[in-house]
Order: sequence, then C-alpha cells, then structure tokens
Amino acid sequence: MIKFKEKLSGRIFFALALSSISVLALITVFIVVKGAPMLGAVGGLSWDPEYGEFGIIPMVIGTLAVTLGAAVIGVPVGICCAIFLAEFAPLKMRNIFRPAIQLLAGIPSVVYGFWGLMFIVPFIRDHLGGAGLSILAGSVVLAIMILPTIISISEVALLSLPPHYKTGSLALGLTHWQTIYHLMLPAAKSGIMAAVILGIGRAVGETMAVILVLGNAVAIPDSILSSVRTLTTSIGIEMGYAEGMHQEALFATGIVLFVMIMIINSLAQYVVRKK
Amino acid sequence: MDKNMKAKPRIGDKAAKAVIWTAALLVIAVLVCIILYVLAKGLPVISWSFLTEVPRNMGREGGVASTIVSTLLVTFTAIVIATPLGIGTAFYLAEYTKEGIITRIIRFSAESLAGIPSIVYGLFGFVFFVEILGMGWSVLSGGLTLAIMILPTVIRTSEEAIITVPKSYREVSFSLGGTKWQTIFRAVFPSAIRGITNGVILSVGRCVAETAAVYLTLGSTLRMPTSLFSPGRSMAVHFYLLASEDISMENAYGTAALLIILIFLINVVANTAVNRMIAKNAKR
Repeated sequence: MIKFKEKLSGRIFFALALSSISVLALITVFIVVKGAPMLGAVGGLSWDPEYGEFGIIPMVIGTLAVTLGAAVIGVPVGICCAIFLAEFAPLKMRNIFRPAIQLLAGIPSVVYGFWGLMFIVPFIRDHLGGAGLSILAGSVVLAIMILPTIISISEVALLSLPPHYKTGSLALGLTHWQTIYHLMLPAAKSGIMAAVILGIGRAVGETMAVILVLGNAVAIPDSILSSVRTLTTSIGIEMGYAEGMHQEALFATGIVLFVMIMIINSLAQYVVRKK
Repeated sequence: MDKNMKAKPRIGDKAAKAVIWTAALLVIAVLVCIILYVLAKGLPVISWSFLTEVPRNMGREGGVASTIVSTLLVTFTAIVIATPLGIGTAFYLAEYTKEGIITRIIRFSAESLAGIPSIVYGLFGFVFFVEILGMGWSVLSGGLTLAIMILPTVIRTSEEAIITVPKSYREVSFSLGGTKWQTIFRAVFPSAIRGITNGVILSVGRCVAETAAVYLTLGSTLRMPTSLFSPGRSMAVHFYLLASEDISMENAYGTAALLIILIFLINVVANTAVNRMIAKNAKR
C-alpha cells in the first residue's frame, strides 16, 4: 500500500510538471506558428493594415525610444534609492520605504498611465509644447514603473556584499561615500546590472501605462515630444478587431517582442552568472 | 563601529549624500503624489451603494459590483488552476529529479516566460481560448489566460521556497523511516508553505492588476457574471474604459481607489506571511 502511494505520488508530480511544461510550450509554439508566415512582411516602414502594409519598424523605434528614455530617468534614480536604502536610510524610514516600493510595484499599470495623462501630459503640453502625448511622457511614466524592479534588486545586491568590505575600507580611512563608490558599487556591479536589465525588460513589455500617454501615432519620431506607438500598444489597440493577415501580423509583432524580451532576460542571467 | 571609525566627511561625501537623499525623497514624493491623488479623488466616491450596485448607463451611474465579482471570479479561476500545477511542478523539480535536461528545460522555459509581456498572453488567450476553442469572452478564458501568465512565477517562487528548506529536515525524516511522500508532506511542505503562499498571494495581485490580457479574454460587458462561461469586466478594465473614453471620471477614480486599497491589502497579507515565516525560522 505504501509502495503504491509512493509510486502514485511520484507519478502525480511528474504529470503536473509535464502539464506545466506542455502549457508553456503550447503558448510559445502557438505564437510562433501564428506569426511566422507574416514575419517576413513586417520589416517595412509603413503600417497600414487596410492596404496590406505591415511594417513594424516605427513601433520598434517607438519601443526603443520610450525604453531608452525610461532607463535614462529611472536607472540613476533607482540606483540612488537602492544606495539610500542599503546605506543611508534611518531604520524607521527603511521600514516605510520598503513596503512603499512594494506597493508601487503592485499598483495596476493602467493607474500609472492615467496619472501620467493627468499630470505629465498637461505639464509637457504647457511647458515644452506639442500635444503632450509623447515619448517624454511615456518615458517618465515607465521610469516610475521600473523603479521597484531596479531598487529592490540593486538593494539586495548591495546588502549581500560581505560586511568586511565596508569595515576594512572604513578602517583604512576612506570616507563612507568613497567606500560606496570605489568598493561597494563595483563589487555589486553584476547584481545592479541585472536589476537595470530586468527593469528595461519590464519597460519593453509594458502596455497599459503607455497606451494612455504616447498618443499611439504610427510614425518615426523626430523628437522626444513626438507621439509614437510601441510594439505592445500596437497589439493592444488592434487585437480586438484584427482578422486574417492583420491578426497574423500582430502575432509576428508578438514574436518580435518575445525575442526582444528573451534577449534581455538572457543578458540579465548572463551578467549574474558571470560573477 | 559606525560613527567613530568614519573619517572626516569631505565635500564629495556631502554632495553624494545630498544627491542620494534627494533621489530617495523624490521617489517618495512621486509615490505619495500618485496614491494621494487617486485616493483623494476616489475615496469620496466609494460608498456602500458604490460597492453593491451594478453599473448603469455604461458606468456613468450605479456602482461597480459586477466588476468586483468579475475580478474575483477570474482571479480565483486563475489561482485554482495555476497553484496546483505550479506547486506540483516545483516539487517535481526540487525533490523528484536530479539536475538534467528535463529540469533545465522546465526552468529555462519558466524563466523566459516569466518576463514575457502580459499583452502577449492576452494575444494568445484571445485567439486560442476565445476564438479557436470557442469559449468566447468568459471567466474561463480570462482565468486560463491569467493562469498561464502567473504559472512561471508560481513555479519559481515555490521552487525557491522548497529549496531553502534545510536538508537536515529531509535527512531526519528519512532516517526515521519516512517515505518520500511522507517526507515531502510532513517535513518539507510545512516549512515551505509560507514562501509558497507568498508567491501565490503576489500572483493574486498580478491578476487583479492585469488589464490588457483580461480585456482581450474576459471581455467588457457590465452584466453580472453568472457562471464560468459568462463574460465580464474586471475592475482594472472598467477603470481603463471609464477613464480613456471619458465616461465618468468620478467613478473611474472610485474604481482606481478601490484597486489600490485591494493591492495594499494583498501586500499586507503577503508581508505578514513572510514575517511570520521569518519569526518561525528564527525560533528554531
């Protein structure tokens, strides 16, 4: 009886694992099969499904522009916050800051998008010109959204350094900041890099936050005040009514996104392992 | 060691410290601004009738009862499907196999799929569940899509929790004559349960917050869902539609405030679970 139970439980766990992996394989295969026929047709500069034009280059540029903007704003602020939490924050502040960052990570992205629409977009319209719906607005909103990822992973990287790095350096007469800058940051470099890369991955994949603030024009941008459309918003906007080749083109967009994220994640894993 | 060992603070130190404090305060200010803004506009809207009445006139009037029910139903469905699958897979990975090709494949696909944008899951769910399998926009389509979306996270967090259970627990159980099954259920599982729970609770948060994938698979009808096969509209989608189509800003804020409160509560529950786990381990 016991033996039977043993065998059975092993089988059940195996079956569960097998189902998981088949489900995960299914989604990958399905998207590839659906999108592959159109993959050759999405290399163009013009997206006009009604006339059979399915070029996604403007969306690729839009995604890269908004992501780069988010990284430029979010990365320095995020790393500073991580240093703050790991080294400077008084205990009480740390205990408030950490759950706050966690809450920041949990707020639905559509709420951020809406906040951006109410605050950032009018601000840009009034002070910098243009319609306000722009790369800049998207970058600011995304920068806020990737902060939790960057802060929490960088902080862990800093906290997991052996304490004698710091004590030794301080004992040798270096100041606190010299210790952080010359010792701790270089030592935690791989963890911080991984945090940045994962944050960038999150920015590339975000849909609802940017759908509201980018203006979603299919055009190659000429300034940070231009309206753009990203790969994710393109799928989000058109999925509901797309049919035939149009739908396949959206799946091809999905494949491009898939590959981008895979590259970004592999990079993060590579950086962490290199250590 | 702290203050006495520190060298004289120099100008560079002071400047760097100022920059870092500024960044931290800036982030807090932005967070407070977002949350207070939504709560200040949204809390006055929330009332008993807002919570219990079905939306009328596209959501201009009435409450959000049906969207709350839709959100809970679709989240519940996703969790019920993903939790056993994810935890079972994690146990298989951690306890039943040696490192090999199969474990590497499962781990690689879980890690890769954890980062895939939710819109891609929505795309898949829309065409596969809604169209090809003919489930239409429904709680089931939405739940299955979300289940696949959170599955990689559940696998990873559960495996993490199982691996961190000290080896000695298993050794003691085996040495007392425990079988594999008994060891897993009486020695490993009770110690890993908090970590697993935390992963599941965070996944609940993701389901509640998800918008794009749910919009494509659950639909957007405001009627109260009556079964697994009814379509519905989640709170996040309701908020998006009210705000983006300028239907009712007031109710949009109310819905957003409710969402933030819900996410906050979910985080509190998750943190309590983790803290209790840490306290429990400290006692040992």
